Amino acid sequence: MDGNFALVTEDAIDPSRMLGGALSPADGAALLFWGVVREQNDGRAVSQLEYSAYAPMAEREMLRIADEARARFGTGAIHVVHRVGRLEIGEASVAIAVASPHRAEAYEASRYVIEQLKQRVPVWKREGYVDGATEWVPGFTPAAEAAR
Amino acid sequence: MIIRSLFFATYRDMAGHDELAVELPSGARVADLVGSLRARGGGLARLPEKPVVAINMDYAPLATELADGDEVAFIPPVAGG
Repeated sequence: MDGNFALVTEDAIDPSRMLGGALSPADGAALLFWGVVREQNDGRAVSQLEYSAYAPMAEREMLRIADEARARFGTGAIHVVHRVGRLEIGEASVAIAVASPHRAEAYEASRYVIEQLKQRVPVWKREGYVDGATEWVPGFTPAAEAAR
Repeated sequence: MIIRSLFFATYRDMAGHDELAVELPSGARVADLVGSLRARGGGLARLPEKPVVAINMDYAPLATELADGDEVAFIPPVAGG
């Protein structure tokens, strides 16, 4: 059984490497969630975005979430990569590859990982707007003792 | 004992530093660290009274007792994805 994997990186994410990395011969399907920077947020035109992270904890927390999803839904390997640094519109900020013997579990696990990631993983984003202003984007307040 | 405090995003902007070493009496809890930081004044006075923290990379309640050398990260609302 191949292991789960989590990474915070400044490098662009390669989608085919994500899928290939998660797949093993036992799997019959793989799903890739591909989260990208969009040009508008809450009606304001975004020109660029900068992500920062508490990287070692973010990797640990993403790996925990992947382990939870795998145990809960019985998928194959789950790989999670989050990008940090400055990103342009259309670039991927997050990618989640879920390999699985069967498709239903892969869909459920993928959804679980992205929802938990948004609530628990210590990553922040600062948007730069067309008018030159920058702002930290409001987010979720993690529970003091995250569900394990 | 010495506690290493880490600040991110809006809290980093408030603190003006990525990290600060704080000396506290033994037996101090996270809430005491928060009080000590807020009492320094400046931008740190705006640190919330009950922020979310992680001790050595695990989320932890404010009543948790600290140990020498602990790394306490102040985690503003997260916005990954």
